[in-house]
Amino acid sequence: MKYQSQAVAKPYFIAAIGLFVGQILFGLIMGLQYVWGDFLFPEIPFNVARMVHTNLLIVWILFGFMGAAYYLIPEETENELWSPKLALLMFWIFLVAGALTILGYLLVPYAKLAELTMNDLLPTMGREFLEQPTITKIGIVIVALAFLLNIGMTLLKGRKTVVSLVMVIGLTGLAVFFLFSFFNPDNLVKDKFYWWWVVHLWVEGVWELILGSILAFVLIKTTGVDREVIEKWLYIIIAMTLITGIIGTGHHYYWIGTPEYWQWWGSIFSAMEPIPFFMMTIFAFNMVNKRRRNHPNQAAVLWALGTAVMAFLGAGVWGFLHTLAPVNYYTHGTQITAAHGHMAFYGAYAMIVLTMISYSMPLMNGRKAANSNKSQVVEMWAFWLMTVSMVFITLFLTGAGILQTWMQRYTDTPLNFMAAQEKIAVFYWMREIAGVVFLIGLTLYIVSFFVGRNDPEAVIEEKAAA
Amino acid sequence: MTHADSDIGHERPPGDLAIWIFICAELLVFAVFFASYAFTRANHVELFNQWQSTLNRNYALVNTLALITSSYFVVRAIAAIRIDHRSASLRWLLGALAMGALFLVVKSMEYADHYSHGVNLRTNLFFMFYFSLTFFHFMHVLMGMVILGVNAAVLRKGGYSAENHRGMETGGSYWHMVDMVWLILFPLVYVMR
Repeated sequence: MKYQSQAVAKPYFIAAIGLFVGQILFGLIMGLQYVWGDFLFPEIPFNVARMVHTNLLIVWILFGFMGAAYYLIPEETENELWSPKLALLMFWIFLVAGALTILGYLLVPYAKLAELTMNDLLPTMGREFLEQPTITKIGIVIVALAFLLNIGMTLLKGRKTVVSLVMVIGLTGLAVFFLFSFFNPDNLVKDKFYWWWVVHLWVEGVWELILGSILAFVLIKTTGVDREVIEKWLYIIIAMTLITGIIGTGHHYYWIGTPEYWQWWGSIFSAMEPIPFFMMTIFAFNMVNKRRRNHPNQAAVLWALGTAVMAFLGAGVWGFLHTLAPVNYYTHGTQITAAHGHMAFYGAYAMIVLTMISYSMPLMNGRKAANSNKSQVVEMWAFWLMTVSMVFITLFLTGAGILQTWMQRYTDTPLNFMAAQEKIAVFYWMREIAGVVFLIGLTLYIVSFFVGRNDPEAVIEEKAAA
Repeated sequence: MTHADSDIGHERPPGDLAIWIFICAELLVFAVFFASYAFTRANHVELFNQWQSTLNRNYALVNTLALITSSYFVVRAIAAIRIDHRSASLRWLLGALAMGALFLVVKSMEYADHYSHGVNLRTNLFFMFYFSLTFFHFMHVLMGMVILGVNAAVLRKGGYSAENHRGMETGGSYWHMVDMVWLILFPLVYVMR
């Protein structure tokens, strides 16, 4: 760690991991509710569990991004963070607001929560993923503004690199597009139209810039490849991301009442969205192959490569699977969507945050470059358990989705929804088992922070000077 | 793959390898667009022929000439910098930018023409493709001009020489791609019956 203030990233990362655990627990609860409908009813109904599962995901990823920025920006700009105190204050505000919101979801009925938080003054609640009470949303905006101020001021007084600029553009975009969560038109078509400006333009737009910049940063650090080379890759990746991703929003506009041309625009542009992810994979492997040194933190390198591969598979390939309008006509809203959502979020955004944590945590804990061998071995086990089980979750959900599409939609004698669900229950059971393995992997991941703490750092014996 | 700057003139492909990856990705997007157009046209030949004949081919011809000329100017600009004639190179580059600007103006006039007749994306399938394809290309001309503009600015400050003008080769490669896409687009959308 080169600058003292980078250490503010640590509480952000710890909170991220804590919320990640919560997300997985609620995922398991829901997964069970798919096949055992009464499980935990009436305490935790399915819709509440789902809301908690998805909201925790978003919040922990945001914690992860902020932590990553607080670590990355001082190092890239070569000076201390503008205000570490502000960063810490925002951490607590965000954590408390997040916790209260989740408690609100769990303890009072949603309608009551809306009433308590005076949603009627500025109604923003009730939309998928944006369920947060208006007051929480305002809190998020305040935290985001303070965060951008802090990061922006740090950038202004220091060295400007492509990596930090791309990250700041991504983070600014994140904040700007979130503002559309306050826009709640009465017209249902318009409501959905702009709702996607938050949801889609986050995950298939500006978040990809954040992902790209973190990946580039970790690769610069761990491979020693020239910054110029890595920055060039970053340029073309983000250019392709924006060319395909922005108009690619159209793949959500097929059936919501927008003009027909969106079926063409959405199909053509979103079919190209795998390209930047493919470039990212080529980029990551190329850089590691061209490495000038073997970094002792092999776990971080593994996470970085894993992110590139899994993001391409989850976001790229599984997205393409159902993005063309004629296909989506049948698959819309089936378990195929869920399969894509799981692998894309894990592969792209969960893994990039874990990459950054893996790279930076040892340094923030006073190590020179890496954790002990023992700790890294456990962390790599966690990597494989989580990643492989996520592959299986995705495959089982894909199987369920294909059958569901077949029996319920693509047939002359369609079954009703629940009849189709009963027939694919075995896939849900297998998904749940894979989910348990994921939890074991996550547990090992946490264990990896506590084992081998007193062992010496891992070292790489250099065979020959590169 | 990485050549020393001294043999930059013989480099294949010219310019930065990264721009070629980008060019390939861009061409892939255009290829999908062209293929979609072709398949849709095959299913609606009557409709496409009918509305195609309403397009003003004079605008498109002027634009084709403008882009071909601009590409020629870029070639001359790079030829000039290869023998260290910086001021000549800059003049050719500005000429290319002027031709690009001409394209944008003519295309905008054409759009204004459509707009005044109440024709838009939603008019019919043909115009959906017409507007999508040409506007996507329009944005690429704009992007290419930004890149050439950066090239011109660097050149003006003396940033390129006979030994090192890789940036110009890079910008030129992208510009030729934009030009060539139009050379497919023009017959496909305006001429072919």
